[in-house]
Amino acid sequence: MARIFAYIVHKNGVVDDSAFELAAAARKIDPAAAPTAILTGSGADLDAACAALGASYPEIWKIANDALAYPNAELVRKALLKVLPSDSIVLVAHDHFGIDLAPGLSIQLNAAFVSDVVDISGVEAADLKVVRQEFGGQVSTQVRCNVATGAVVTIRPGAFKALEGAAGLVAGNVIEKSSEVGTLTAGRRYLETVVADAGDVDITKHNVLVSIGRGIQEKDNVAIALELAEALGAAVSCSRPVVDAKWLDKSRQVGSSGKTVKPKLYLACGISGAFQHLAGIKGSPFLIAINKNPKAPIFQVADIGIVDDILEFLPELTNKARELRSVAAK
Amino acid sequence: MAGILATAQVTSSLALSLASGRSLFLIIDLLGIACFSYLVAKRLLPLLRGQRDFRLDRPWLRLGKVLKFWLVQWKQPRYFVAGILHIFLFAGFLVLLIHSFSLVIVGISEHFVMPGFSGRVGDVYDVLKDYAATLVFFSVAIAAVRRAFFKPARYAVPAKYGKDHTTEAVFILGLIATLMIADGFFDASHAAAQLQLGQAVQWLPVLSLPWMLKSALLSAPLATLQTIHFGAYVVHDLTFFVFLCFLPMGKHFHVITSFFNVYFAKLDRGTLKPVRWGVTDDHLDQVKSFGVKTFEDFTWKHMLDFYTCADCGRCSDNCPANAVGRPLSPRFLTIKARDYAFQHYPVLGHESNGTPLIGSIYSEDEIWSCTTCGACEAECPLLIEYIDKVVDLRRGMVDDGNVPQSLQKPLKALESRGNPYGKMEKKKADWANAKEFQQICPVKTLDAKNGADTLYFVDSITAYDDRMQSIGRATAKILNHVGENFGILGASERDSGHEVRRFGEETLFMALRDHNVEAIRASGIRRIVTADPHAYNALKHDYKNLPPVEHISQVIAREVKTGKIKFDPIANENSVYTYHDPCYLGRHNQIYDDPRDVLDAIPGLKRVEMTRSRDRSFCCGGGGLMLFYEPKEDQRMGVKRVQMAAEAGANVMVTACPFCMVNIEDAIKVAGLEGKMTAIDLAELVDQQIARPSPDLNKEQADEIKDCVATSESASRPE
Amino acid sequence: MEILVCVRRVPDTSENEIELNRAGNDIERDELVYSINEADNYAVEEALQIAARVGGTVTVATVGSEDDEEVLRREMAMGANRGVLISDDAFSGSDGRGIATILKAFVEQGHYDLVLTGVQAEDGGAQVGGMLAALLDYPFASLVTSIEPLDAKKLKIGREIAGGNKEMNEIDLPCVLSIQTGINEPRYVGMRGIRQVAGVPIPTFGAKDLGIGACAVGEAAAKVRRVDYFVPALGKGAEILRGTREENVDKVLELVAAKGGLK
Repeated sequence: MARIFAYIVHKNGVVDDSAFELAAAARKIDPAAAPTAILTGSGADLDAACAALGASYPEIWKIANDALAYPNAELVRKALLKVLPSDSIVLVAHDHFGIDLAPGLSIQLNAAFVSDVVDISGVEAADLKVVRQEFGGQVSTQVRCNVATGAVVTIRPGAFKALEGAAGLVAGNVIEKSSEVGTLTAGRRYLETVVADAGDVDITKHNVLVSIGRGIQEKDNVAIALELAEALGAAVSCSRPVVDAKWLDKSRQVGSSGKTVKPKLYLACGISGAFQHLAGIKGSPFLIAINKNPKAPIFQVADIGIVDDILEFLPELTNKARELRSVAAK
Repeated sequence: MAGILATAQVTSSLALSLASGRSLFLIIDLLGIACFSYLVAKRLLPLLRGQRDFRLDRPWLRLGKVLKFWLVQWKQPRYFVAGILHIFLFAGFLVLLIHSFSLVIVGISEHFVMPGFSGRVGDVYDVLKDYAATLVFFSVAIAAVRRAFFKPARYAVPAKYGKDHTTEAVFILGLIATLMIADGFFDASHAAAQLQLGQAVQWLPVLSLPWMLKSALLSAPLATLQTIHFGAYVVHDLTFFVFLCFLPMGKHFHVITSFFNVYFAKLDRGTLKPVRWGVTDDHLDQVKSFGVKTFEDFTWKHMLDFYTCADCGRCSDNCPANAVGRPLSPRFLTIKARDYAFQHYPVLGHESNGTPLIGSIYSEDEIWSCTTCGACEAECPLLIEYIDKVVDLRRGMVDDGNVPQSLQKPLKALESRGNPYGKMEKKKADWANAKEFQQICPVKTLDAKNGADTLYFVDSITAYDDRMQSIGRATAKILNHVGENFGILGASERDSGHEVRRFGEETLFMALRDHNVEAIRASGIRRIVTADPHAYNALKHDYKNLPPVEHISQVIAREVKTGKIKFDPIANENSVYTYHDPCYLGRHNQIYDDPRDVLDAIPGLKRVEMTRSRDRSFCCGGGGLMLFYEPKEDQRMGVKRVQMAAEAGANVMVTACPFCMVNIEDAIKVAGLEGKMTAIDLAELVDQQIARPSPDLNKEQADEIKDCVATSESASRPE
Repeated sequence: MEILVCVRRVPDTSENEIELNRAGNDIERDELVYSINEADNYAVEEALQIAARVGGTVTVATVGSEDDEEVLRREMAMGANRGVLISDDAFSGSDGRGIATILKAFVEQGHYDLVLTGVQAEDGGAQVGGMLAALLDYPFASLVTSIEPLDAKKLKIGREIAGGNKEMNEIDLPCVLSIQTGINEPRYVGMRGIRQVAGVPIPTFGAKDLGIGACAVGEAAAKVRRVDYFVPALGKGAEILRGTREENVDKVLELVAAKGGLK
């Protein structure tokens, strides 16, 4: 079986949760082998990231280079090409960086490419069998990928559960690969990051979120959610369609192109449950979903589900909450 | 003036003379006429650049409208005080017309008498004209006070539209007053002179303006009277020509153009002008540019409309978009275009043309905001047209690809699937095919094997929207009850395209229309019924050569009269009903009484009328594509309407249009009136109240069927 | 600036009900309506706006069959100067790399300063743009949400990254960019516009025209194959509350209080 590598995304010394998911995915490809982590970057942040991987990866390849201080996929790709053995299987998280890095990497490695994988069935002869989704998740497909000359596979964040029990074991062996890379230049140069407006409310700081989706139907109904949030001592967040329709500011958006939140309790109101939205919810909060469509995908991932019209349910919830608060106040 | 004529018969010399001013007056008159002709010619120039507009047909009908709306001022009293004032002014002007011409000529030929106005006729006329002048004078005074001090809201000019118009208005009023007073002094001074000279005095009608002025002049010396007489004439002559030449410079052009504007007014309500008059559908591909993009794309009649606007503000006062704070004010659509014409076709200087209107005088949102409800056109006393212009401007934007994103999705769905929701064609008859419903009310889909006399044209919202499907079922049950042999087109029915056309997508509209017409012809039906007023209007006016179309309210009203439909009494004693006139049933198609007759035939139904009803009905917010557009507004139109119903004392609103239903039910929630106000469609109410004898069923069986229906109703009613 | 936009015709997600066919090995394609992939449409609009600002031409190309011409015509009606169909029996069954190989051959026959694709197709893998760039050895950026030409040789671009932030980059021309939805507001194109370009010829390029050997593309060369379609069995999922609305409200508030809300 070919060697499996996992490219690890990290920031400010902290590794992304996907790192541990990739390890789990690697195990599904080859339960016997242990994947090798590859990290690029520079300075103390890179060192801390390597250390943070714990025992998930017995071997960790570290590529330190000033040019890689900011993860520019064009440069990272060139660096990886210098160190990756031929015919490797490379796992990358399917996020804004993976989308940038992986397809071109597969060409330059002369490897196969399959993206946004949600499940891995195993290996059969030279084929890796995976599951993907199409049409916004409405249907799934079984895909066979010939890995004889290697493969680059991007993994959907959250699709694979991180392996348990990695903490407490000896940290992986960090192997210096920086000298193999040489000078790195590319036709694309990072300039700066424009931070999205903080807005009046920082949803990442709240323990309870009342989150609304398309089911809120129109701008005037947003008030229903705001009232509920006030009654519950929570904040209102939302999914992308609500921001696209300009009913709420972008600072309220939860999702892969919005904010990542880690509340204790998440009320998903009129949200269908598209993965791009769920990708923004970390830390496994208690998820209560209210949606009038009993077949909404959100009910697959929620803890508690209520099939009801949010436009009717939420106001009642607000009224009862207010009652309870006034009783408690007495 | 006639007094002079009378004395001319008695004595060959006049008490006072104008002779010394003859050359001066001749110069003034010739200059005035030349200036006026020049101005009118300059004003006509853009009309020559405009598009064609066929307005010469049906001359007798047109003359009838002139009599009704121009001469009798039929629409004026809709705003009572202003209306009466204006009728006085207008009547006075008409009466004084002869006198004015005579007066001008008198300056050159002192003994001139208008042919036919000597003797008795002249005497009667003189009395009339003096009272007319008096009426005009006092009307003008009241109007000026109204303008300057009471400032009715509809005259206000919002800051973004420029300076206030009060100065112009008061200036004209001042000119008119000056004319009346000068004329009065002219006669009064002569009568006073005659008195002093011992001549026979022309009789001035008691309490008329000249009469009052004469009393003031009785003791003045003769020389003074001569000065006053001469001076009054100079003032009158000058003011007359200043007034005449001022007319083409502002809103008072309507004094001249109104006759023509009413004569050339649009005769066919509910229709839309074609993309280009004189170009048939199959030749439209040759037209390089659709719609109105520059000023010259308007037709000459539209340009005449711009000139004819009297800036009265009645249109905007009734415009629902304006009332809820959308960036649309019909009055300013016209005034801005008029000012554009004045600026680009100036009286002095060269014409300039070709500036795109959208982005300069008009904004996109302004033009997309219109629901085409027609309140503006119903109100305008000068019969100025708006809907055709808005549609033409939209055609121009569509042609340029300038369509709001929110509308692009439903337009695309209409193109691929024939309905704005993107739902599959094969599901169009699902509303009728629920098993429980089929058992009590089979609805056949017309095809090669199944024919019928009547087509029930369902249209998109009733077929696909969970809530509105119940209107479809109620309509089907009513048609069944009256024994109508009907069917539906099902999957071969496309959206009627009514709003597609009114939002400027003419090509897509024609595709939908052609498809539907072919399906209708293939079905062999001889009559069409629909419960959707937008479909009704489209089938009646936008589609050609179809069998006769009726709205379900007309069918019900007729069958109530024949006795086929009898009603059970209303169960809830506390219900107070009010009928909301849908724009495309009421205003555009004049169907006001049938729905009301139906409601009044239901025993025990208490009905109240909202202040704004019939042709003053307030649009619910619009239908078709308007449901997808995201306007900038302070409030929903529906919310205002629901509040009007509450103010009228109603707690149930009845309407006869699925789009009204969507907007009203939504508005009830937004207005916080849930539990205090409900809405029901006329067909639903009739279906609920029809007395259905079922002698063969015992109570249990009847209840079971009722439950069945209730379940199928609620199963499809969205929570 | 000469701009090439690679587009794709896909079943429209909002106007179709995507279901499995009876055999269970594909989606039901009988009554599908197709349109241009949404992200590709944004890419064409962006290309048109750039060409309007700095001058240039816009070419739209697709790898497919005659059926795909309708999409090319629509984009030509939108304003693209030229539409090109790349079609050959040998191309069918190509995987992402195969498509990128075909497009690479086409790009090399022209002199394009900028190549745009949509970031992803409804039934695609967000791969063709990146692969094409690597095959051409052009710089690449994905998820692009803004493009500003700096001069004839460089662009300043913005990419959408996590947290709603925007990563600004400078990129050399020629390059390949994959465009994210929402970058602009595409203009409307109706039936009339399409009719007006109905007569404009759309040249077709086959394998021979592009000098592509059959071994490099097509089904045989594909390393990735879709085996079948299925709808996954629903897992355990949420515990659905079955009480009355009042009971559900109470239960929810109980849980909210337990998790730290209602303070």
